Amino acid sequence: MSETNVAPADASSQPMPPREPARGEARGEALIRARGLTKRFGEFTAVDGVDFDVQPGEAFGFLGPNGAGKTSTMRMIGCTSPISDGELTVLGMNPRRDGTRIRARLGVVPQADTLDNELTVRENLVIYGRYFGLPRDEAARRADELLEFVQLTDRGKDLVEPLSGGMKRRLTIARSLINEPDLMLLDEPTTGLDPQARHLLWDRLYRLKQRGVTLVLTTHYMDEAEQLCDRLVVMDKAKIVAEGSPQQLIERYSTKEVAEFRFAPGIQETLDGQFDGLAERIERLPDRVLLYADDGEEVVTTARSRGLHPETVLVRRSTLEDVFLRLTGRSLIE
Amino acid sequence: MSALAGAQGARAITPDPRFVSAWSTMARVFEHRALQYRRTFRASIFGSFGIPVLFLTAMGLGLGGYVDKSADPVLHGLTYLQFLAPGLLASTVMQTGSFEATFPILGGLQWNKIFHAMFATPIRPADIVYGNVAWIAFRLSLVGAFFGLAIVLFGASMSALVIFAVPCAVLTGLAFATPIMAFTATQRTPDRFATLFRFGVTPLFLFSGTFFPIESLPSFLQPVAWLSPLWHGVDLCRQLMLGTIVDTPLLALIHALVLVTLTVVGIAVALRTVEARLVKG
Repeated sequence: MSETNVAPADASSQPMPPREPARGEARGEALIRARGLTKRFGEFTAVDGVDFDVQPGEAFGFLGPNGAGKTSTMRMIGCTSPISDGELTVLGMNPRRDGTRIRARLGVVPQADTLDNELTVRENLVIYGRYFGLPRDEAARRADELLEFVQLTDRGKDLVEPLSGGMKRRLTIARSLINEPDLMLLDEPTTGLDPQARHLLWDRLYRLKQRGVTLVLTTHYMDEAEQLCDRLVVMDKAKIVAEGSPQQLIERYSTKEVAEFRFAPGIQETLDGQFDGLAERIERLPDRVLLYADDGEEVVTTARSRGLHPETVLVRRSTLEDVFLRLTGRSLIE
Repeated sequence: MSALAGAQGARAITPDPRFVSAWSTMARVFEHRALQYRRTFRASIFGSFGIPVLFLTAMGLGLGGYVDKSADPVLHGLTYLQFLAPGLLASTVMQTGSFEATFPILGGLQWNKIFHAMFATPIRPADIVYGNVAWIAFRLSLVGAFFGLAIVLFGASMSALVIFAVPCAVLTGLAFATPIMAFTATQRTPDRFATLFRFGVTPLFLFSGTFFPIESLPSFLQPVAWLSPLWHGVDLCRQLMLGTIVDTPLLALIHALVLVTLTVVGIAVALRTVEARLVKG
């Protein structure tokens, strides 16, 4: 701990000093490099020959529905699940050989909370620091700073059990930072949280990103991917089906806008053929019709002039959800 | 701001994992168990001393009062308390060891998943096994030491070798704990623990020479006692506490070898099953 790095009184409200670059960053090497990465469980192939690179300082996402292979990929990167085939390099090392050394430099936020309910909030952080070999006083100092960062200082002495879901997730994120990781792996960080808790969590993750921490996250929420990811891959059925920034993906696979028409029950089925030519692309879902066009209002006007009268009309910008629908024919959350 | 800043100075404090020895990573797992234990320490110590006092009073003095009146030659002139005490010592430590290898281990693997959390750090599956075995050994030493103390206070020990009976009781507990830990790592629910205790631990507790000499069993059942790891532990502790070990050193050695073998085999299997479980997720 150098004297120049003194904690501000309120860490959460202060801009953070720039982070030291991770080893390897200066040489412009990818922090994660996967080629033909495959995970099999017996007959079942969970991850089927995927290629991707994660660059230092970027927020990289795996977007896909449950069962797409996101968690299996994350566990291989986290060196807790051996790869079945292909190549994987994490922080310039081979997970097969250097699992322990790689794990020493990762910050992992697992999908399900793995906090120790028998310990206090602060004890959870300190003991986790000890797993990384931190001296006790250093682990305690970092624990206090991190509690401040995730706004849990006043809960430090409480047991973990009564905390809300959002607080537990924040504590898990604080825990994953105790070793000052070069790379953070977040597996569905906000699944199951209420909107307010999600926004608070996103805010903390955004701050980490601002500081240049490399984030790799999985999510099946398109808004989460759009908020946090510089670049993402869309996974479906063990494969990567598209890659790019959220904006690029939307431009490539969707239109600028979408008009959503909802009809009274039973009406939609009677409208075969009536949407033809209205939009660049039309998706008929059980409960609504999606009309993809660069000018949604124009679609609405034309549709009305054809005598179509939906119960509700919504014109909105295209999202990653539309990209996913286009690529796989299915919704992200089923 | 060092924890968040990733400052060079702070980074230097983080020991390079290459130089962190296997011993120290194992010690972290032990440290975690100790931290958990602090919360229940007082109640646990009270139980560790209270239970033996209750057992020795009720069975050794109460029940023993009747047994001693019959002066059965099978007890070789010992009071029932003197006969019972070493058996209870070994059996109690065995039961504690069996329990420690079930619920707390399943908890770490299945319920709060803290062993999975450890596996996301430089801690390896083997550290988790060794750290927990070391913790159980420590717990059993506490239980055994308090029991030994109670025995001495009850005047039930005939030899200064009682000092060595405590580590032998701990070894008996480990001979049960490590194979059970290996089994626990293959389970996702505690359903089979009831079976384990009902058909394994409890019958052994009753029929391994704890409460009566195995010579009292029907002759065809007596060789079966040899198959009971607990009998080896009970007889070893009894030989030490009565001082008769000097007459049958070879038998004592066999007892110890059986217990050490079970412990070592248990650890070897647990290393595999725990790692397989952690990798499976």
